[in-house]
Amino acid sequence: MSSNPDAVLYDHPGPRAKTRNLILTIIFGIALVALLWWVYDKFDEKGQWAGPLWRPFLEGSTWTDYILPGLWSTVKAAAVAMLLSLVFGIIFAVGRLSDHWWVSIPAGVVVEFFRAVPLLLMMFFIFFGVPFLTEQPMPPFWAVVIGLTLYNGSVLAEAFRAGIRAVPRGQSEAAYAIGMRKNQVMREILIPQAARAMLPVIVSQLVVLVKDTALGYIIGYTELLQNGVNTLGANYGNTVAAAIVAAIIYVVLNASLTFFAGVLERRTRRSGRAPRAGRGQPAAAGTVGVSAAVEPQG
Amino acid sequence: MDVFSDSANIDTYVTGFLWILKLTAAATVGALVLGVALAAFRVSPIPVLRGFGTAWVNIFRNTPLTLIVFFCYFGLYSALGLTLSDDIDRNNYWLGVVGLSVYTAAFVCEAIRSGINTVPAGQSEAARAIGMSFLQTLRIVILPQAGRAVVAPLGSIFIALAKNATIVGTIGLMESSSAMKDLINANGDAVVPIFLVFAGTFAAVLIPTGYLFGWLANRLAVKR
Amino acid sequence: MRITRMTAVAGAFALAMAAAACGGDDSGSGAGSGIVGKASSQKKLVVGVKADQPGLGLQTGGTYTGFDIEIAKIIAKGLGVPESGIEYKTTVSSNREPFIQQGQVDMVVATYTINDERKKVVNFGGPYYVAGQDLLVAADSTITGPEALVGKKVCSVSGSTPAKRIQNDYKGVNLQQFDSYSKCVQALSNKTVDAVTTDDIILAGYAAQEQYAGKFKVVGKKFSDEPYGIGVKKTDTEGCNKINEILKTAATDGSYKAAWDSTLGKSGTPAPQLDVTKLTNCS
Repeated sequence: MSSNPDAVLYDHPGPRAKTRNLILTIIFGIALVALLWWVYDKFDEKGQWAGPLWRPFLEGSTWTDYILPGLWSTVKAAAVAMLLSLVFGIIFAVGRLSDHWWVSIPAGVVVEFFRAVPLLLMMFFIFFGVPFLTEQPMPPFWAVVIGLTLYNGSVLAEAFRAGIRAVPRGQSEAAYAIGMRKNQVMREILIPQAARAMLPVIVSQLVVLVKDTALGYIIGYTELLQNGVNTLGANYGNTVAAAIVAAIIYVVLNASLTFFAGVLERRTRRSGRAPRAGRGQPAAAGTVGVSAAVEPQG
Repeated sequence: MDVFSDSANIDTYVTGFLWILKLTAAATVGALVLGVALAAFRVSPIPVLRGFGTAWVNIFRNTPLTLIVFFCYFGLYSALGLTLSDDIDRNNYWLGVVGLSVYTAAFVCEAIRSGINTVPAGQSEAARAIGMSFLQTLRIVILPQAGRAVVAPLGSIFIALAKNATIVGTIGLMESSSAMKDLINANGDAVVPIFLVFAGTFAAVLIPTGYLFGWLANRLAVKR
Repeated sequence: MRITRMTAVAGAFALAMAAAACGGDDSGSGAGSGIVGKASSQKKLVVGVKADQPGLGLQTGGTYTGFDIEIAKIIAKGLGVPESGIEYKTTVSSNREPFIQQGQVDMVVATYTINDERKKVVNFGGPYYVAGQDLLVAADSTITGPEALVGKKVCSVSGSTPAKRIQNDYKGVNLQQFDSYSKCVQALSNKTVDAVTTDDIILAGYAAQEQYAGKFKVVGKKFSDEPYGIGVKKTDTEGCNKINEILKTAATDGSYKAAWDSTLGKSGTPAPQLDVTKLTNCS
């Protein structure tokens, strides 16, 4: 535990503190076990652990027929939306930092608007409303992807913008000094450093994105919740069991995404080129907070 | 804008946003209390508490809110028999508040923990040196400083909470996204004005709120 | 440099994904000529069906089963489309109109009640069945009809016609709304709600499922008429009339009865008579 950065908050426990901690551990442990047991028992009372509800999950066909196709749709929508939102984020971050007011103001309005509108509302509008305007069909897949892109892209735009502003001024001054143009400075000096400094924020936003694909079933996109909970539940009458399985899949999916990002972050940090956003720089106090908000698990 | 000259439709709109307002208000309190407790758990000297906090954060932060709200209904209410009100709407409302609180608490916890990291080690070392216990250090020295550092992240968390409140519609509360869907279904020709009114209301409230939090964060920032 | 390379790889990946996504979705865009034209030229039809309603439209594995599916097969056959040329697409109640209007499906056979509101945007062949709103209750329940619901909890799908009817016509009933009937049935089986309400044959489908055997009963007191239609584009009068013709033939040559017997009829309910004089909804 000596590597725990929080350990500075308390002294190394002496004999008395050790006993006290042990007693608290035991009390809390017992309370926790009792709570879990109570939950288990109540579910049992309602017959939620009954074999027929869970047996389908032991059969390969349940997975290949419902869960995996649903998961694939979820991953597909999430992957496309992730890339589009990264592109959207970079474009609008740069747009908002532009020297021309006729670029920066519209970019700012777009970003602020899409950050403020609930995604569910957005998806309803894209799916039900946009076809009225364009007279073109809007497949649920694209309604989900576009909705996710507009919202997460706007959040990422703000993250990139904070990241770009956290790059020490000297970097861009030096770049200008060796004769780089504005767009070169942005592309080759600022964005790469901002992207690395903001990696944790970017990843936590991508986790949000994966979770938000779950709203897709409400407009009829057959992703994990539609296939793996509604349809599967209709077949076997085990909606609650199916939802528990779906939740586990989401947790594993997102935890591995976070873990992967942790590995990536450690690698970039070791290469020593990423600016440690804000450490000791008062101007970036806000970014320290967010960049530390996600911690690599493992 | 004919849609909004019908008083029944205006009623739908107002009721929808009232639910959002009430959900947000109650869940903000819930998430803040739970989140601070969880953050204290995660930095505490007791391993079981730390493990509990970590598990909470990893489970709730990684599960879609739709599913969490679903479990509040089918788990807490249906299976565990937790009845929060006899009125069906009020009951779903409180279940929604529980769902939003436990979900948002995971984010609040992480924000506060990162805020704790911004407080220089010397502060807590000094506190310990004058004989303060863990809880005293946390309460008197660390949290007040950490709290000021996390105003901005907390602001975005609570703005997200207000938007997430729409998801309680999936267990049948007629909040604003369900209200909008209903209005669109009944008035297919007025999709755009309906959307602009609903989205505009969110934007009109949440964008200034965002700036308010930004301004507060700057004012309260601990100068180091 | 590493960032650049990563971006390039990621970009290629995105393109591949986007291509894959489009590949799955291009089938619905046959614009214009209506279902008769499409059926004769391409020998293909995209049919919107329910995926989570046992007995009517249920996705079991990669295949769909149920009465609606059998009706879709009859129509397709009558249009000269082989069974292998039918592509089923899952629809939910709220996206049936957009799917038809936008051409994402050629027709919808999905417990689709014909009403005036919908007739404004969709053309209806049929009705091929007249359902009615009813109640599904626990086997030992004493509820005998909608009048007995005051103070009870009733579940239905949010924004659906049955939900609206309960709200408007039966004051004092506590309405719980979800986004799917399977959640309502789950709540009923947990005894969290006292009844589930929607069309009788949807309820019969759930009651007949083996995991609920003996647990539920349908009250059997219809309190509305829900004529089920086959939705096609508003402009496709030709297709609509053709559907009615096919249904007329099906009523006499036994294929309608066979469709019933192999699905909803399994529980012993005899096949209803298809009233061919009512096939007059095309505009």
